[in-house]
Amino acid sequence: MKDWRYIIREQRGTLIAMALFVAMFAIYVTNHPAGFTLNVVTTASNKGVLLAFIAMAQTLVVVTAGIDLSLGMIFVLTNCLASWLVTGSPLETAFGVAAVLAAGLACGMLNGLIVIFGRLQPIVTTIATGAIFFGMALLLRPVPGGEVNQDLADALTGKLADKVPASLVVLIAVVLVVWMPFRRSLTGRAAYATGSSEAAAYMSGVAIRKARFVAYSLAGLLAGIGGLFLTFFTYSGEASAANGNTYTLYSIAAVVLGGVSLFGGIGSAIGAIFGAFAFRTIGDLLFVFDLEPLWQPLFQGVVLLLAVCLGAFRLLQIRNRLDYFG
Amino acid sequence: MDALATPLFEMDGISKRYGGVHALRDAALSVEGGRIHAILGENGAGKSTLIKIIAGVVAADSGRMMLEGREVTFASPSQASRAGIACVFQELSLVPDLTVADNIFISDPPRRYGLIDRAAQRRMAEAALARAGASDIHPMAQIRDLPLSRRQMVEIAKALARNPRILILDEATSALTQSDVTKVFDVLKRLRQEGLALLYISHRMQEIAKLADICTVFRNGRNVATYEAGTKSDNEVVELMIGREYRHVFPPKPRPVPANQNPVLEIANLSWSDRLRNVSLSVQAGEVVGLGGLDGQGQRELLLALFGVLRGVTGGLRIDGKAVTIAGPRSAKAPRVGMALIPEDRKTEGLMLPMSVRDNLSFAALARVSKAGVIDFGAERRLIAEMMSLLAIRASSIDAPVGSLSGGNQQKVVIAKWLMVTPRIILLNDPTRGIDVGTKQELYKLLRRLAESGVAIIFYSTDYDELINCCNRVLVLYDGSVISELEGEGITDRALVASALSIGADKGSQAPAVAR
Repeated sequence: MKDWRYIIREQRGTLIAMALFVAMFAIYVTNHPAGFTLNVVTTASNKGVLLAFIAMAQTLVVVTAGIDLSLGMIFVLTNCLASWLVTGSPLETAFGVAAVLAAGLACGMLNGLIVIFGRLQPIVTTIATGAIFFGMALLLRPVPGGEVNQDLADALTGKLADKVPASLVVLIAVVLVVWMPFRRSLTGRAAYATGSSEAAAYMSGVAIRKARFVAYSLAGLLAGIGGLFLTFFTYSGEASAANGNTYTLYSIAAVVLGGVSLFGGIGSAIGAIFGAFAFRTIGDLLFVFDLEPLWQPLFQGVVLLLAVCLGAFRLLQIRNRLDYFG
Repeated sequence: MDALATPLFEMDGISKRYGGVHALRDAALSVEGGRIHAILGENGAGKSTLIKIIAGVVAADSGRMMLEGREVTFASPSQASRAGIACVFQELSLVPDLTVADNIFISDPPRRYGLIDRAAQRRMAEAALARAGASDIHPMAQIRDLPLSRRQMVEIAKALARNPRILILDEATSALTQSDVTKVFDVLKRLRQEGLALLYISHRMQEIAKLADICTVFRNGRNVATYEAGTKSDNEVVELMIGREYRHVFPPKPRPVPANQNPVLEIANLSWSDRLRNVSLSVQAGEVVGLGGLDGQGQRELLLALFGVLRGVTGGLRIDGKAVTIAGPRSAKAPRVGMALIPEDRKTEGLMLPMSVRDNLSFAALARVSKAGVIDFGAERRLIAEMMSLLAIRASSIDAPVGSLSGGNQQKVVIAKWLMVTPRIILLNDPTRGIDVGTKQELYKLLRRLAESGVAIIFYSTDYDELINCCNRVLVLYDGSVISELEGEGITDRALVASALSIGADKGSQAPAVAR
């Protein structure tokens, strides 16, 4: 009978992120001159979807109590690769898409292999591999340029059947095809168990290495999907270090906003997606209230701090000081 | 009995070394189905290592294991699990952020189309919990919201859910309440009837007497004796375990403390949340006051409240007759209060396992061995040497990590660390849980010496024998309040059990602990 209470307790972070985003977006559309129209929603979707992909990727790794600081660079690298390959006839374009996704996956697999078999700390490993990925991106695109199959790009960044934003549909499809099966699989559970308590997971005969490897690999794949979409928006590739670093850091912010614990074991990619959209909506709110865009980083910082404080409210209720550390 | 039949599981010639230390030397064990086989021995006798080898957690250096007459090797816990060996570990193997059902079926959940079938998993989890006698636990609760005793029941349910042929219980009842222990015993007896082989490791002799069919005693990494349960007296068993003449475990009972003295510590109407209700007590110098009652009736909370760990505690606290407020462990240990708490969980609250013995010992006492904020290494070394010999701590070096010491020696380090600040009031929270007879004996002696030197001691123990033999007075707690006080010769097994349960009978069965 009390099942739903346990479910709410388990999904609390995700629900809070969802509520935060809905509140922010409601304020945004009610103050927008055009109101709640398909165009406004499509623009918002297109703005948020890139960070949503990277945040999803970050969630997979953070859940195992790791962190991936190379995701932004995988994003940039796959963008540069896509600006070479995703072009030409439909067949060539399809091959290009497959190759770009495979490249993202390969980057993630490399991270996973180093972290697992090199026994290096994820933070150091991914800073290093991130630099390597960026170097490769620079080789591919020393100067910004390239092109992309415009029909495909326009189809995926426009509206589907003139009713729904195509980018949102793709995002939901990725959640259904990548995230949901992962969450419900033995490997996904192993990832949560590893992040929550590695020793207990090992003693229980959980396949820890496999869980880690799959988490890093899928993270690379998701970052690759992000890179592909970036190409669809810009019609070109650019090896931009600033872009890569921004997305890496914002993905961590989105994950925290989304209720994913940086200590591992807690949270969901769906929460992180709402976190990403909420983070993006800050800029839009500044726009409708006619504030200088220069204020954006400051406001983003404030919102992030508030979100973290919200999580810390729990601490005020603690009556046994030892629970601060648990 | 059935000498011709092949034992279900057999191991012989098993040796294992950790560095220069032989944990096991040429050990052998033979286990039959349908019997409960108790393994006895001091800490460091090799029991834990033996079990880890059977469960596939560590590999033996030499020797062989036979399952139903066929030689087997286990490279990982999951391989042992597939062979039908399940283990309830002393160190809980539950993942805190997953639900009870997820944990029970963590490595082999029911699946449909390759994905976890949560509805089926839930049904099976309910069945497993019922089988372990723990239907009060909701399968969707998260482990971290459950108190220790419920977690241990989940751990048992998890082992049963694997349908093992050999079930190993390593100190599996150490955190359980008495009513849980009874339920678990019933479960174990049923499993014995079903033909399982049960390996039971416990420091509680009474449990072994109640449960075991056959016992094997380990000492210094070897199996020194195997006998049918009930054929040896407790004294004989303890002699086998410690390998030396067994005298009295407990030092002589304390002399009564004159009542007219001024108490060192005095509390009045202490309350906290719904876990402590109007607790009043006073302790004089040289007195050992025990806390008794069923497990989880507020004894731990009382000690934490005194030590300043809990927030929102109401009531009065006097030290040497002066009212004080203790804002946290730092002010509790300050010389004007002079309090020390030996925590229940030495691994998280008492020690920093990867750091050296030296560092762990001097943390609490750094102020004593430093001048103007600079540590005087000479003074530190002298004080440490003094403590190491006082408590007979056995470590290869003071620079060895504490984690490499045996459980009993780790506990001695925790105690020594607090003795270094020369406390006037010592709070002990079940300090002998999971340590061996020899170390226990040393601790009792130490307790007595400290009391005789004028230290006031509050001693919480789940072992009634300890309360009977170590305390001047015992306060019995129930549901957060003191329901009776026993003194001197009045502290008996009967009196303790009776007063712990008297109110319990009024309120029906003992209320299950709720999530913190």
